[in-house]
Amino acid sequence: MVFPGVKALDRVSLTVESGEIHAICGENGAGKSTLMKVLSGVYPHGSFDGEILYDGSPLRNRGIRDSEEKGIIIIHQELALIPLLSIAENLFMGNEVSSRGVISWPSAFKKTEELLRRVGLNEPPSAVVGKLGVGKQQLIEIAKALSKNVRLLILDEPTAALQEADADRLLRLMLELKAQGVTQIIISHKLNEISRVADRITVIRDGAAVSTLTKAQISEDRIIRDMVGRDMAHLYPERSFNPGEMLFEVDDWSCWHPEQAGRQTIRQVSLNVRRGEIVGIAGLMGTGRTELAMSIFGRSFGKGHTGTVRMHGKPVDVSTVPKAIQAGISYVTEDRKALGLILDEPIVRNVSLANLSAVARRWVLDKRREAQVAETYRKQLAIRTPAIQQKVVNLSGGNQQKVVLSKWLFTDPELLILDEPTRGIDVGAKFEIYTIMKDLAGQGRGILMISSEMPELLGMCNRIYVMNEGRIVGELTREEASQEGIMALIVKDAGKVA
Amino acid sequence: MSTQERNSLGGHLRENGMLLALVAIVVLFSILVSAQGKPMFLQAPNITNIFLQNGHVIILALGMLLVIVSGHIDLSVGSVAAFTGAVAAWLTVDLKLSVYAVIPLTLVVGGLIGAAQGYWVAFWRIPSFIVTLAGMMVFRGATLLLLGGQNIGPFPKEFQAMSSGFIPDLTGITKPHGLTLIIATLAIGVVVWIGLRSRRRDVEFGITPEPAGLFWGRTLIIAAATAFVGYQLASFRGLPNVLLVLAVLTVLYAFFTENTVQGRRIYAVGGNEKAAKLSGIRTERLVFFCFVNMGMLAALAGMMVTARLNSATPKAGTGFELDAIAAVFIGGASMAGGSGKIIGVVIGALIMGVMNMGMSILGIGIDYQQMIKGLVLLAAVIFDVYNKTK
Repeated sequence: MVFPGVKALDRVSLTVESGEIHAICGENGAGKSTLMKVLSGVYPHGSFDGEILYDGSPLRNRGIRDSEEKGIIIIHQELALIPLLSIAENLFMGNEVSSRGVISWPSAFKKTEELLRRVGLNEPPSAVVGKLGVGKQQLIEIAKALSKNVRLLILDEPTAALQEADADRLLRLMLELKAQGVTQIIISHKLNEISRVADRITVIRDGAAVSTLTKAQISEDRIIRDMVGRDMAHLYPERSFNPGEMLFEVDDWSCWHPEQAGRQTIRQVSLNVRRGEIVGIAGLMGTGRTELAMSIFGRSFGKGHTGTVRMHGKPVDVSTVPKAIQAGISYVTEDRKALGLILDEPIVRNVSLANLSAVARRWVLDKRREAQVAETYRKQLAIRTPAIQQKVVNLSGGNQQKVVLSKWLFTDPELLILDEPTRGIDVGAKFEIYTIMKDLAGQGRGILMISSEMPELLGMCNRIYVMNEGRIVGELTREEASQEGIMALIVKDAGKVA
Repeated sequence: MSTQERNSLGGHLRENGMLLALVAIVVLFSILVSAQGKPMFLQAPNITNIFLQNGHVIILALGMLLVIVSGHIDLSVGSVAAFTGAVAAWLTVDLKLSVYAVIPLTLVVGGLIGAAQGYWVAFWRIPSFIVTLAGMMVFRGATLLLLGGQNIGPFPKEFQAMSSGFIPDLTGITKPHGLTLIIATLAIGVVVWIGLRSRRRDVEFGITPEPAGLFWGRTLIIAAATAFVGYQLASFRGLPNVLLVLAVLTVLYAFFTENTVQGRRIYAVGGNEKAAKLSGIRTERLVFFCFVNMGMLAALAGMMVTARLNSATPKAGTGFELDAIAAVFIGGASMAGGSGKIIGVVIGALIMGVMNMGMSILGIGIDYQQMIKGLVLLAAVIFDVYNKTK
């Protein structure tokens, strides 16, 4: 498979045996998704060199329909369900239960119920898909695949957006399907999941298959080594944990949900960050961590805000985003594509966006200076791209994240709020992001880091606040903190509420 | 070829393609017109008329580009142009105000109308399609009301000069028109200078510059066209006031959109409003500004049309909004917002204008004219989409 100018895949050989679960892992941009698109017919036969044998005979797909007829079905990272339609309508989309063009809803509903039972989803077929959680939507995608008599199911990072319980359910379903004889390929970054369900693992690096490991050979270290092509003695950079003076304090901060009347999203939160400190916020998804950060950052979330924010001990006005930036606060969003970047614009224009006046004389842009700034950050953060004029949509997740970071570093913030800074980023790039964080803390900036990955919080943070139901339910120092300790705080608090 | 080279060539292809299409259309009509045994297509009166008859479209399209780049649309500009034309007529004919009072007053009225619509779009998040559709009806009605269903006119000479006047020849040569020649020469110099400068900058900023042959070929075409138009105009009655206004506005808006902080921010708002907002950009204010600006330009267009017809009529401005929107899309702007260039829009409007005039001279009926223009719009956008997916 050759893209214009880019060889996405380079002589990959891969054998998947009937009835197995085969995991593919590799860094972002290694070529996993491209490989899967080749297999599933998204890229038709003839757009690549090489041969695919399916049941021993060559596969020549002209498109997705061809491969679906043969029972090869891919479930993409971004789910392809239509949120405003019902489960039944989605399940048989393009494959309607009909005679002479008229849909028979009773039999469609009946078949839907059957399929939902198979995937263990207890929802009526008429339920609107958009109202269900991502976890349930994922199961509907699998039910959809089952409705097409799937024989080879390809799952592209199925658990990336799922919470632990949902992910767990999905993995169990995968094992059940395996027992029913469905061959599966799973692409995932999450090594613990892979080692749980996969029979074999193929590691892809730079468009080539590096190694295929059997279950007995699977170990996290080995996979990471193959993925990044080097030994990774430490997942987190060494850093000293010596905080400086008090930088950022939030006192008694509360706000209400913007639409649902009477729902208090943030309840009397107080926290602080010192210079040179990396402070974590742990908690389950939906406990108000992002909402807390955004409500502080220019009241970008919620209404009826009360409480105070202080920088260097003095109260600051953070009522609008420009004022928050002025106060020295930056917020790096968890959703970089929707909230962090202008995807169709080049790197250089994204980097300067939050501080355009710094590359302008009065109101006139100095494009030379703008280019210099972007070039500086490209080198400093090692953004891998041929040129700063490259559109950010063409960059990998890790490089996109570095562009967002560059944008905020250019505002020269004293406090950075990083919301899931390594989400959807591969192991190698994660380490780079951690190193950047370390350097920033070393410069005396404060970092408030929201993360759902507890190991990363434990590895990076001086202190960790634990949030539940919009409140801070505990604070753990580096020495006290452990995954069990954090979970215990959350569970204990949940018990109190109930 | 690397992705980057492809991108850069794709971008150049777009702009050059538009220019080439304009040249091709002009050449095509020149051949067709002389084949019919009619006088030369590119003679001075025709050139003058292309600008006189389409000046309002270009002016509206400049404002429309900003609105569309910010992610919105304005359907009301035809009605607003008619209404402000009527206001200008009322101020001039009924209240007997001087033209120097009427022009700023009318512009203010246009700006206020833009503000009234922009307020709902920007701060209340009412879809612009709906707000301006309402505005389209309201101001058409208001025009009828103000004019009492009648035409108002005629206008004093100074007001008419806005559309049908020519710049005075300060050099005193008059045949050919000296000042026109000087301006044309200066324009050529500026085009070459700006071209060379941006080429040098491309290299500096790590953009692959377009091939030298392409650059000089294009510059030569532009220079030759400017020289030809300049000479033709000079040997006729000189540079029309309208063309001067258009040139100044085009340069001004091109500079604003590409080289100023606020211009850049408008693109950011259209590209990703939420990301722009979280980057500290006051997105509502910018959208509001785009509509105020559109209202003022609609007023200017309204006055120009009124001045050309020498009367304000209830039916004036019908369909202007569609001409302006078509010019913007032919010019390469994206429906979704966030992209589009002033120079593309001006070329888009000129393509429409040249086609209008050429087809009229050829005696093609209004029925076929509409169909052909529609197909050209479709073809231009298909060309765009095809280019992007390739």
